[in-house]
Amino acid sequence: MAILDKHKILETNATLLLIFSFLVVTIGGIVQITPLFYLENTIEKVEGMRPYTPLEMAGRDIYIREGCYVCHSQMIRPMRDEVERYGHYSLAAESMYDHPFQWGSKRTGPDLARVGGRYSDQWHVDHLRDAQSVVPESVMPKYGFLENRRIDGRYIGDVMAANALVGTPYTDEMLENAVLDFRAQADPDSDYDGLLERYGEKVNVRNFDGQPELTEADALIAYLQMLGTLVDFSTFTPDANR
Amino acid sequence: MSKTPEKQPGDPNTTGHTWDGIEEFDNPMPRWWLWTFYVTIIWAVIYTIMYPAWPLVQSATAGVLGWSSRELVQQEMVAFEEANAPWNAKLVETPLEDIARDAELQQYAVNAGGAVFRTWCAQCHGSGAQGATGFPNLLDDAWLWGGTLDDIVTTVSYGIRSEESDDTRYSEMPAFGEILEPEEITQVVQYVMSLTNAQSDDAAAQAGKVVFEDNCSACHGEDGAGDVIQGAPNLTDAIWLYGGSEEALTETVKYSRFGIMPPWDTRLTEAQIRAVSAYVHQLGGGQ
Repeated sequence: MAILDKHKILETNATLLLIFSFLVVTIGGIVQITPLFYLENTIEKVEGMRPYTPLEMAGRDIYIREGCYVCHSQMIRPMRDEVERYGHYSLAAESMYDHPFQWGSKRTGPDLARVGGRYSDQWHVDHLRDAQSVVPESVMPKYGFLENRRIDGRYIGDVMAANALVGTPYTDEMLENAVLDFRAQADPDSDYDGLLERYGEKVNVRNFDGQPELTEADALIAYLQMLGTLVDFSTFTPDANR
Repeated sequence: MSKTPEKQPGDPNTTGHTWDGIEEFDNPMPRWWLWTFYVTIIWAVIYTIMYPAWPLVQSATAGVLGWSSRELVQQEMVAFEEANAPWNAKLVETPLEDIARDAELQQYAVNAGGAVFRTWCAQCHGSGAQGATGFPNLLDDAWLWGGTLDDIVTTVSYGIRSEESDDTRYSEMPAFGEILEPEEITQVVQYVMSLTNAQSDDAAAQAGKVVFEDNCSACHGEDGAGDVIQGAPNLTDAIWLYGGSEEALTETVKYSRFGIMPPWDTRLTEAQIRAVSAYVHQLGGGQ
């Protein structure tokens, strides 16, 4: 056991101990993380996923800024009670463009992975303004101030470029038209053909918060109304071993 | 400094480490602890053989037991579906008006429908179906789009003013702020308030009657009793979706309202839609 006797060198040399501890932890990390990048059963191919539109991306940032994830998860687990309540269990592919993902495990409020289209825009406005007005038993704080905070999408191109850098497939065309698409999505009277061409026909184009100005409430509701609606489950066959 | 005690005969060996003259006995670990430790190692190996674990080139090992959370949830869903299948089939086959005549079927429909309601409908219509401002109360006799079981099934299936469904119920009240003079709006609001004997200005209400007949009666009726064909509310029953105050009515006339309900035929099965409709129908207001 000559090699074990050498352990004394590590124990008596703090810097060396630190370096070797780091190496050991690195090996553990590599073993656990690396396979996720190449194993075929980590992310399955599904129809319908697309990157967030600029307005949805802004809404996502507001979602994160306001800490919505502290009370709301975005992952429906493969259990009957969850599937009955929230819809089809979440797939890894559904958060492939989330940097970072919003899965979460703390549910003070309900899971939001498939909240898109479940309620009307007006419900979301009422609910953000005063959750108790529509759900008396709710403990959610009030977010009415979002309706007063105007946004113009000035920096959304940068946010998208940063996401492109970590792998979201935004095309140059998407990045160039970011501000244009940002405004078009909340204005049904505008020319939004380009937006639909770039992000697909299913993109919601509406005045989400009902007021003429483009506000943070528009962005957040646009984001909420598309959550979990992208994957076409009619073309999806679950592979059991995933 | 205390003196280092002399080593007694019978003391265990020391580990050989010496720190500042302090030595450490090399006591063996308790047997129970050691064996538990070995058992956990054996258990871990067995576990990774039985359950999905080791990453290989293409995929991870599936495990001897073939355990899969997806398969489990699928089995469970199918088991409940099959258990309820005869009831659901009966619910879909039975003509709507006959459901309530079959006491057992009605009981199933109301229980199943109550579960659907609490899951999908309560957020807007309230957990007791009492509604909220902008979201109709389903307990009362007032129905915007009709309160027969058939009407309710249609509303639930296709929603109201929804972009998602081609068969959705649709009507749109004009925003009269762009059509009428401010004075006329004041008058017609006073008239509408007088219909339910609310405190109103008689003179203005008289003038408002003319405005109402010219602009509102086509949908809300000459007498203001509404029209369920176009979802035009009855203005004489003192039941207000968006409030009956002067302020709320003025806002309604000026900017109009555009309540939206999502269609549910894409999310719920035919049996679930029929069940929740039966549940809503028997809450008190069903026609």
